[in-house]
Amino acid sequence: MLPVMTGKLALAGLRLLGRSGNALPGLVVERLFPRYLAKTLSALPHGVVVVSGTNGKTTTTKMVAAILAERFRVLTNDTGSNFVRGTIGAAVSSSTWTGRLDADVAVFELDEAHAVRFVERYKPERVLLLNVMRDQLDRFGEIDHTARLLQQVASQATVAVGLNRDDARIAAIAGTIDAEPVWYQVADDLRHLFPTDEELYGGASRAARDSDGAAAELVAWDANATTIRIGDAEQSFPLRASGAHNAQNATAAAAIASTFDLTPDEIFRGLRAVEPAFGRGQSFEIDGRDVSLHLVKNPAGFRQSLAAARVEDPARICIVINDDDADGRDVSWLWDVDFTGLADGVPVSTAGVRAADMAVRLRYDGVEAAAVDAALAPAVDRALAATAPGERLLIFSTYTAMWGLHRHLVARAKEVRA
Amino acid sequence: MTPLRIVHLYPHEMNIYGDTGNVVVLRKRLEWRDLPVEIVPVGVGDDLPSDVDLILGGGGQDAAQGEIGEDFQRRGPELRAAASDGVVILAICGAYQLLGHEFNTAAGTRIPGVGVLDVVTNGSDTRLIGNHAVDSEWGRLVGYENHSGLTTLGPAATPLARTVPGRGNDGQDSTEGCVQGNVFGTYLHGPVLAKSPRFADELLRRALERRGDAAELAPLDDALALQAAEVAAKRPR
Ligand SMILES: [Zn+2]
Repeated sequence: MLPVMTGKLALAGLRLLGRSGNALPGLVVERLFPRYLAKTLSALPHGVVVVSGTNGKTTTTKMVAAILAERFRVLTNDTGSNFVRGTIGAAVSSSTWTGRLDADVAVFELDEAHAVRFVERYKPERVLLLNVMRDQLDRFGEIDHTARLLQQVASQATVAVGLNRDDARIAAIAGTIDAEPVWYQVADDLRHLFPTDEELYGGASRAARDSDGAAAELVAWDANATTIRIGDAEQSFPLRASGAHNAQNATAAAAIASTFDLTPDEIFRGLRAVEPAFGRGQSFEIDGRDVSLHLVKNPAGFRQSLAAARVEDPARICIVINDDDADGRDVSWLWDVDFTGLADGVPVSTAGVRAADMAVRLRYDGVEAAAVDAALAPAVDRALAATAPGERLLIFSTYTAMWGLHRHLVARAKEVRA
Repeated sequence: MTPLRIVHLYPHEMNIYGDTGNVVVLRKRLEWRDLPVEIVPVGVGDDLPSDVDLILGGGGQDAAQGEIGEDFQRRGPELRAAASDGVVILAICGAYQLLGHEFNTAAGTRIPGVGVLDVVTNGSDTRLIGNHAVDSEWGRLVGYENHSGLTTLGPAATPLARTVPGRGNDGQDSTEGCVQGNVFGTYLHGPVLAKSPRFADELLRRALERRGDAAELAPLDDALALQAAEVAAKRPR
């Protein structure tokens, strides 16, 4: 009760200062009451799910939370506070002043390093692992290190570990855990939508895999429908978060959800309802045009988004690259993305601080940028004007540009509806 | 005309900070001019092909330099022969350091280089990192430096470019990279050739000239690259 009051006072203090967020109150509680987290979480009747991996954590966490919300009261951490003190902050703010947690189950997004620190404090009932990819400027050695971190996290799970059968490093973790492995996978004919880092450098293409016994499978995917099989139940539905990677994330969420006492119908209902996370495949309807916004933050993620883009059949593509700290100040990672697939296709324009850099990159892959524009809003408006009603505009953007883009797209979508 | 043969050294181990892009840039600049080109990846254990015209080596994290260390040593005689034969070599960061006489790590280990370049590198505690633009004989070179090894040039090596103090080879003497015959070393990632088109063409011109092929390269439209270079040069470090 004292830790909760302390945390809530810190939270209230922050509000007085006109700020928000769970990280600082979490930090205060973490320092003053080191056992608070384990004590509180162990009171949850359905335990904790930790979601980790390089790409897709935010979206998948949201999806798992949405599915579990069909049956339970769910505690989850805010986007961007995916470290231990973020989870403490989340617990504090959803507790009553007397210290009672208003939740049955918690779903926490944690990056690899923080997930290791988290499981040192609390052994989660379930862990869901998504993928291991090179971050912007890593080389391969680093992803083996990351895979080892995730293995440590998985080894602490007490009930189940959700594992991606299409990621060799994640799949290899199955042999090292005490909890039950729960597999998810994509159908063979969809695997080309998920290119690996190794393929980019002419490394081994993916190994054959054993494909039976998956708890959930992505059976089919296109821009209009996602088809997922959970056990023997299969449903086709429009997922609000666009992009093949989000369909894969939904499959991952379905797999871990199937280890709870939930029916496939409940899981599908949760997935149908879930809204995309900020900038992760959010769609906007503007003047009869479909505009979707995709965060790009590392080479593999960008390559997967491009592979999916071909299926989504966009009329135009706009790529927005900034180089602030949160984007990566060194933009050379763009050279680890293969853009040749765009060479004989849709018109592509570039925007953001490094619009010219991006255009140079495209040019060397045989793609002439239709426009190069540092300013975001005019670039988007120009791309929109060139997109016919009924057609689709895809926007790929690094992190810091997404805020401005999002604001602009929301405003444009409203203005049209009004 | 036989294709210009470009060796890409250790594509799997030494590929950080976009250095692989240098291969893409040179290949494309030849193709745009209808000049035939062949890229030969050379990894650990692979033989260097015969009749090499140009060799590109990139940076790697310390671990990668350990993985390729022995293999690189084994290539010492071959690489020295290539250099004295006038083969054009561009070595970035880690590859630049390994082409020198030696690399002394901050922990005190001496890693011998192959001695193609008259430079010595000493590990340090400070990391020189950030956007970087320097002036060379072949125009402004623009990229991103990221290294903690500090490199000192011997009498046989000439600085590739001038920089402001606090950056470049050793953070002290206001020079960046080095040139020795047709061998170029630099700390610029980015990849450096993407935003330094004149320098890219200088490498191609030298490689073609050495073979006795017409070394006059048709001009290309580099307006975008120069625009990107201008933006990058103005970005905060
Ligand atoms: Zn470097």
